[in-house]
Amino acid sequence: MNDLTKSPVDYSAFPDERGHFGQFGGRFVSETLIYALDELQEIYSQLKDNDEFQAEFDKDLAHYVGRPSPLYHAERWSRELGGAQIYLKREDLNHTGAHKVNNTIGQALLAKMTGKSRVIAETGAGQHGVATATVAARLGLTCQVYMGAEDVRRQALNVYRMKLLGAEVIPVTSGSKTLKDAMNEALRDWSTNVDDTFYIIGTVAGPHPYPQLVRDFQSVIGREARAQCLEMTGKLPDALVACVGGGSNAIGLFHPFLSDESVAMYGVEAGGDGVETGRHAAPLNDGVPGVLHGNRTYLMEDENGQIIETHSVSAGLDYPGVGPEHAWLKDLGRVNYVPINDHEALAAFRKTTRTEGIMPALESSHALAYVEKLAPTMSPDQIIIVNLSGRGDKDILTVADIDGITV
Amino acid sequence: MSRISKTFSDLKNAGRKALVAYIVNGDPNREATLPTMHKMVAAGADIIELGVPFSDPMAEGPVIQKGHERALEHHVSLTDTMAVVAEFRKENKTTPVLLMGYANPVERMGYSVFAQKASAAGVDGLLTVDLPLEELEGLKQELASRDIDNIFLLAPTTSVERARQVAAQASGFLYYVSLKGVTGAGHLDVKAVQRKLQEFGALTDLPMCVGFGIKDAASAKAVAELADGVVIGSVLVDAMGKAQGQSPEQIAGAVGGIISDIRQALDSL
Repeated sequence: MNDLTKSPVDYSAFPDERGHFGQFGGRFVSETLIYALDELQEIYSQLKDNDEFQAEFDKDLAHYVGRPSPLYHAERWSRELGGAQIYLKREDLNHTGAHKVNNTIGQALLAKMTGKSRVIAETGAGQHGVATATVAARLGLTCQVYMGAEDVRRQALNVYRMKLLGAEVIPVTSGSKTLKDAMNEALRDWSTNVDDTFYIIGTVAGPHPYPQLVRDFQSVIGREARAQCLEMTGKLPDALVACVGGGSNAIGLFHPFLSDESVAMYGVEAGGDGVETGRHAAPLNDGVPGVLHGNRTYLMEDENGQIIETHSVSAGLDYPGVGPEHAWLKDLGRVNYVPINDHEALAAFRKTTRTEGIMPALESSHALAYVEKLAPTMSPDQIIIVNLSGRGDKDILTVADIDGITV
Repeated sequence: MSRISKTFSDLKNAGRKALVAYIVNGDPNREATLPTMHKMVAAGADIIELGVPFSDPMAEGPVIQKGHERALEHHVSLTDTMAVVAEFRKENKTTPVLLMGYANPVERMGYSVFAQKASAAGVDGLLTVDLPLEELEGLKQELASRDIDNIFLLAPTTSVERARQVAAQASGFLYYVSLKGVTGAGHLDVKAVQRKLQEFGALTDLPMCVGFGIKDAASAKAVAELADGVVIGSVLVDAMGKAQGQSPEQIAGAVGGIISDIRQALDSL
């Protein structure tokens, strides 16, 4: 194809009205849920361009979440790496400590509009569960959070945070007892209680319209970063870096830049013990297209189409699928998806803590580890923005455990 | 006329209701399935619905989830499931067998390969829980070209307008999900089922079967009065799980007893 016939992709036109990003996305659910998804899509399409709704969302983000989050120039780290200037988008400074709350604020407003009195959520590391329990407490909604029994054990602190906030945490003992099984159980609950229950999905996956509306709520990250970068440096960044589990923080940062062709993008997947070992959570690097949890996307599965267990030091990235828009952006070649192993992420966790006095979540540490590789290949007049999607307090016990220390 | 359509037509002529019986292939072990299928027919099942094991069976309640997990302990696949149907067909040329499962194993095999292999094995229908009307592209043509019936679910939340669209795409029969929830749930409301069946029945000439939440002869009878047939699953899978460790004949026997009871109840209508 030559330049005259090549037309740029209009990224804002996706998903299409049936929720497809090319061959990905869609609505692969049982018949019972179709009505609830139709209802959600109808309400969202009315509200997304409604000034009053947007004003309420923006007000909550400003006064409850504490936005805009800073864009911080990590000068010492940039100097040490001797390449590009590194800027951290500080989602870790949000209320509840991660980007997840941007989405739960938005979906809780939708729940309020639909008049449903109960919210449910799935959670892996517990950050989305905490963010959901938080908004439920504020709006006086009943809240139940499904969490794999294995994750309940690994993330005891967040389980107790949710309980303090008034939510009930339901351990899921089916299947592999992790995030994917929690999502199965949340979908089963929703099928049963569809009349009075709003399902707050935590990432840009699931059946349409979830990947779209979660992206829209999270895009505040990229809109702010774009404006902040222009104001601070007078130009756009040269590269964006974010970790990808389901991919909500990454799509939030990337989406407002997709049409800026000069901006390179890197989505960092959990390489676990190494992609070559098969023990990882990197479906965009080592998966195939398939159908799970309501959408078609890249999945980790065996030759018979069974979903396989994933491995990552970071519970928040320990998921066998990925948001369908990422699957599409991979196939389009717009975003590069790269793996970072557990030990590289842990090294970046320590490095950022010591160099900048900022303790990142292990999820975000995957993105930081890739910056360690990328920045030295670039020149000092170039700019990288990396999404510091969450703070590392929740991971202190995990890191101590790896160090052989009992806190 | 497909094996499924012929079965319904024969039943209608005889003034009888259809009994559709579900088990999971390979549950509780590989050896149990074939003798159990034959036993199901002998005990009075008209159609066998064979579950294809999947790692993430999202529409299933705890009982059938465990059935899938037991089968997956033996790594039972979609290919294995077709092989069991082919074995069954060596002795039984008349009882329809439909596969019930989830989209991903079929996607992985490829729609065209699936349809070709299923047809060769003697599979009569496919019910894919997470492949609604909107996502049928590709599979629909492949199934049609091999005369495999496409079985759809209708739910209490399905609008009349949508039910009309579903009925237009369906063949064989329509499967009405009697309650909001998962398989094996315990809150069946017969009056509510009746209202919906009247609404949906007016839209189509296809037979209508009711499933989810039918546990015993009494609930089967109550629902069958309103429909062309009933689907039972959890109660059979539960019995098979409890018989785990026994011989294949004993496992088949456990299922046969339950089916005979329900058959009698249906035939008393």
